[in-house]
Amino acid sequence: MREHFSSKGILVLGEVRSGHLHPAVFELTAKARLLADDLGSDVSVLLMYSDIDVSPERLVSYGADRVLCASDSRLRLFDQEVQSRILFRTIKDLEPEIVLAPATTSGRTVMPAVAAMLRTGLTADCTGLDIDPETGQLLQTRPAIGGNIMATIRTPEHRPQMATVRPRTFAIPEPDPGRKGSVTGMSLPDHCFESRVVALGLERRSGDDVNIQDRDVIVSGGKGMKRSENFHLLRDLAELLGGGVGASRMAVDHKWIGYPHQVGLSGKVVAPKVYFAVGISGSVQHLAGMHTAGLIVAINKDPEAPIFRVADIGLCGDLFDIVPRIVRSVMARKEVSG
Amino acid sequence: MRIAVLIKQVPDTDDVRMDEQTGTMIREGVGAIINPLDLHALQQGLDIRSSMGGCVTAVSMGPSQAESALREALALGADEVIFLSDPRFAASDTWATARTLAAAIEKTGPYDIILAGEKATDGETGQVGPEVAVMLGIPFSTYVSRVDPEGDASVVVSRTVEDGTERQRLPLPCLLTVLRDINEPAMPTLSGKKKARRADLPVWSLDLLGLPHDDSGLKGSPTRVVKIFHPQIARNPRLFKGEDIEKGITELTAELESLGVIEKGRMS
Repeated sequence: MREHFSSKGILVLGEVRSGHLHPAVFELTAKARLLADDLGSDVSVLLMYSDIDVSPERLVSYGADRVLCASDSRLRLFDQEVQSRILFRTIKDLEPEIVLAPATTSGRTVMPAVAAMLRTGLTADCTGLDIDPETGQLLQTRPAIGGNIMATIRTPEHRPQMATVRPRTFAIPEPDPGRKGSVTGMSLPDHCFESRVVALGLERRSGDDVNIQDRDVIVSGGKGMKRSENFHLLRDLAELLGGGVGASRMAVDHKWIGYPHQVGLSGKVVAPKVYFAVGISGSVQHLAGMHTAGLIVAINKDPEAPIFRVADIGLCGDLFDIVPRIVRSVMARKEVSG
Repeated sequence: MRIAVLIKQVPDTDDVRMDEQTGTMIREGVGAIINPLDLHALQQGLDIRSSMGGCVTAVSMGPSQAESALREALALGADEVIFLSDPRFAASDTWATARTLAAAIEKTGPYDIILAGEKATDGETGQVGPEVAVMLGIPFSTYVSRVDPEGDASVVVSRTVEDGTERQRLPLPCLLTVLRDINEPAMPTLSGKKKARRADLPVWSLDLLGLPHDDSGLKGSPTRVVKIFHPQIARNPRLFKGEDIEKGITELTAELESLGVIEKGRMS
């Protein structure tokens, strides 16, 4: 039975969006390296792009044995049909044991399509990946029901074992510039690019609306913010810390801030280094979106608010008094160190 | 225009309370609701029906109590419902769920547009929609926050993604998974509620669907849950109030500095 699991390697779907290699690809390549070492197998990374802002060779120093580059101007805009087909072909070609992708909008779109084509299992949004020493199978751990339960899942019979992984789950190690590996261009026949979907364009967001999931610091406001105008307090603090502004569902429902800022079960799941919950009581639906943050800071006038139970630092009082005081304190510290 | 909307019944997380001792969710007595994003999918189906004419069919797979979700869909304006319920569907993973839904759609279709919420609040996978589309052999799009039908041949959709909004054109039939900013779901109407109460809800079993037994439920699921556990929240909450707040802010500032986030921000 053991031979059945003798591994043909791990394939990482490397995401390149608008010419930018997603940092999660380094994270996932390094994690795949650790898993491959357990299995005694190798790591391949597939990149699909028309332009790319880093040299694909860099992935070798993070643990890739082979980087496969599908580079074509027709890959400039995301097309789920084309990307699914190229990933499918690559899997058929390499026959990997395991396929991993970042749990981004693209990864969460392409991976289920390919899993359905291959009639295999796919586990979404994993926050833990291990190799079972007995069977060599991939143990995929993920939060469910808003992070209240963790489930470990495996795919016993079907291959490959597929998982999307929440970005910022694993630490990115120091690269090893001495590592050896290959970078190969893939030649793809024209029919790979046929698609029923017509990608018409991408309108990029800018300024305040940048994606909060990439930020090290998120300052979120809830019901206690009282009105849209008061969010400038949070923007001031966020800007000072190089962060973004988030919100509870309540704040979005009141139209104080747009839906892309919503953190929680029906919004975004975030894992920044520092999360501020300002005037947010901490419903299950909100906690599900942020409880894995590094440092959680809660500011609320109600000492019984559930948010204080998950916060490392709770400041109980008037947020309109406390937030400006934090801003002043941080600015004073900057002057000292700056 | 024939429109199908995929609906899932989920626990009402607004109802959920935390057990203070264990830090886990108390699920007893928690109500069941239509997955919030599926309500937006249903509303989108109703909006397309208003502008183009047609029929909206809500489809759900679930245990017998999930019938109430389909009655609610009728009350909200769905023309008809398909209820897939069979003990042999139990423990389906996303692949087996998609296979079952796809079989029902094939059996009762064809549909021009199939809509679903981007993900459900309980499983949070977002996988079933794309899997159903691939099994049906139709194009699909995800994270859709706007749909503009172009006659009965195609739709233009806006997708909200990490760095902006993508626009795509898809031919019909197609499947779309939607986000909550696509519309504001309406409340059920009185006539809808009456209709929902009176409606006869036939139940589709595995045999009626004509699905091979090996394709559904636990048997048809490539994945297996091997362990369930409660995450330990390793936090040691420090609460500062009144006079102590200044001390709290000082500690916070020191921690922000040690985490390296202070020098990163701009001076304002």
